[in-house]
Amino acid sequence: MFKILLIIFFIIPFKAFALIEVDITRGNLNPLPIAVSPLSIDENSRQNFKKILKKKNIGSEISKVVENNLKTSGLFNPLNKDAFLQAPDIANLKPRFEDWNLIKAQALITGKVSFVEEKLRVEFRLWDVLAGKEMMALAFTTVPNNWRRVGHIITDKVYERLTGEKGYFDTRIIYVAEEGPKTRRIKKLAIMDQDGANNKFLTLGNELVLTPRFNPTSQMVTYLSYFRNLPRVYLLDIETGMQEVVGDFPGMTFAPRFSPDGKKIIMSFAKDGNSDIYTMDLENRIVEKITNHPSIDTSPSYSPNGKYICFNSDRSGYQQIYIMKSDGSNVKRISFGRGLYGTPVWSPRGDLIAFTKLHKGKFYIGVMRTDGSGERLLTENFYQEAPSWSPNGRVLIFYRETETDSKGEGFSAKLWSIDLTGYNERLVSTPTDASDPSWSSLLSN
Amino acid sequence: MSRSILVSSVLHLVLIMITAMSLPFLAKKPIDLPPIVSIELIQITDKTNIPFAPKAKKTIEKIKEKEKKLVSEQAPPKKVKKIKPDSVPMPDDKSKKIEKVKEDKQNPEKIDNEVKQVSEFEKDELFDPNNIAALIDKSKIENAETVNKTDKITQDQQKSVDISGLSLSEEDALKAQIFGCWSIPLGLPYNENLLVRIKLQLNPDGTVSQSEILDHARMNKPGQGFYKVLAESALRAIKLCQPLRVPSTGYERWKELQLNFDAREMLEG
Repeated sequence: MFKILLIIFFIIPFKAFALIEVDITRGNLNPLPIAVSPLSIDENSRQNFKKILKKKNIGSEISKVVENNLKTSGLFNPLNKDAFLQAPDIANLKPRFEDWNLIKAQALITGKVSFVEEKLRVEFRLWDVLAGKEMMALAFTTVPNNWRRVGHIITDKVYERLTGEKGYFDTRIIYVAEEGPKTRRIKKLAIMDQDGANNKFLTLGNELVLTPRFNPTSQMVTYLSYFRNLPRVYLLDIETGMQEVVGDFPGMTFAPRFSPDGKKIIMSFAKDGNSDIYTMDLENRIVEKITNHPSIDTSPSYSPNGKYICFNSDRSGYQQIYIMKSDGSNVKRISFGRGLYGTPVWSPRGDLIAFTKLHKGKFYIGVMRTDGSGERLLTENFYQEAPSWSPNGRVLIFYRETETDSKGEGFSAKLWSIDLTGYNERLVSTPTDASDPSWSSLLSN
Repeated sequence: MSRSILVSSVLHLVLIMITAMSLPFLAKKPIDLPPIVSIELIQITDKTNIPFAPKAKKTIEKIKEKEKKLVSEQAPPKKVKKIKPDSVPMPDDKSKKIEKVKEDKQNPEKIDNEVKQVSEFEKDELFDPNNIAALIDKSKIENAETVNKTDKITQDQQKSVDISGLSLSEEDALKAQIFGCWSIPLGLPYNENLLVRIKLQLNPDGTVSQSEILDHARMNKPGQGFYKVLAESALRAIKLCQPLRVPSTGYERWKELQLNFDAREMLEG
């Protein structure tokens, strides 16, 4: 019996080790080659949509939105449609994987658009070309005018299925649109889809508007505006267009921002000449003082669980980033690098804090862990600030200003986005100059 | 009285001696030692984190052991060949040799191969009937040279064929190929366990006849949705890389292969 046990303990493990194991600890971060086949459409539906939307082929238009989204993410490489061998309608039924393999596609999106009871019905499928199987199939029905959002939702689903994290395409960006010479700038509140489409101005430009911020749970915005030279905090419901005044605040008021549950706003203002951080409950309008320090405390931002607040303060002599509990206790400095740190924003994932850094006359946008370790500077420029996170915590949008030349010309302010790798930096096109962007949560939530 | 004077004078003497010895000009010059520099010891395995280093060490040790064994194992066959033309002692010697090998080795199949290879080689070199006469006439030095030659060749064969794992260069070639094929999904939560183990059945040409995810059950667990994405990316990498860069010989050795895909290192960095 003992011998048998010995054999079991020694021989069986030996047999198990006989299998050769190879550890693969590296891969490539190249964009995944993906084929976005135009969504197929029958002739009757095509004619109907042409009348309503003035678009020749709505199937192709939706696939263009998807393709553009995937490309700007930097994680996908949509392949040239000229190389596609299979017709869209047949590909949607059963793709010939050999054909798609031939053009090196690893994933394939196919779909069908139809006109059903005055509505737009879209079904789409995601295929794994190498495995030769369907990964996902979904269908949506919506009003025809919503066709761009359908493209964004498809992208979100594909992105989530292939990368493992939620997408950020069915979102909007609110920002301050700027026009006119630098000394007499007209600033209006504007909103657009994350890809720059559907741009709309929300205010007329009579009053100066600053720092619009989205509520993380709904399509509500808080912003700061000057009314008779007094700072006033507003709430704006994007869906209904209703606007209300939250309150007039004394002295310099900065950057109102929502708490993660959307029930409070947090901001800084100067009372008796000293700037501290305050919260205001939106239901009962009670204002609570969070910090009480003779230094200048500004730019507060909640952690996604609402338990902590990051902010910047010059209490150490220079402007640095601090975190504290949401009741103002346990204040701890987290930034220790050279230079000045400002505008800290907690990532929606909770793992990182984005910031603006000024060092030796250059501005940087960077991220650090919430304990201050792992500081990474993503981009450097003459002047840039105000990072805002995409809802999945992968991309930052910020604004960048160009230098004015000796004649006082050449100044511009534009929105830029950069992902956490620091490689995928893009200009976000806006019809006018733009500053102070804020990214909404997913509309389809 | 005289006793107490004596004690007092001795103690005084001791005191004077101690004082004299501790006077600075009498003291020896201290050795001119360099200042002490503190050295911080860092465990570089943690820093460099070379994943295959321990395995490599094991493999190298294994090879060294095998080489040692081979020296002793291969000595008899040479004698066999030399004596073979005399025809009488050869069969006994050969059988003894096989027995010996079987005792030493764990895998009898491979040993058979070895023995065959050795004898086939020697047949080519030494047992060609046309060359027998010439061979017998050869000088001792020439014989020694042939012996050395056969020794070397069998050892090389041994390295690549007989060890249970892949050699370092074979493993590196395979890794390099798969590194290029594996597009890591960037959105994975890097603080989770991101290891996917895939067992492959390979054809002799390196194509995959069957692949199996070893922790399949994890895919359906709540909160582990990312694991499916990771596993699919690993399977895509294998399919994209086909045929795998496997050694041209020793199919039995690598017909079953386990690939451990771990994205954590890439995503953390």
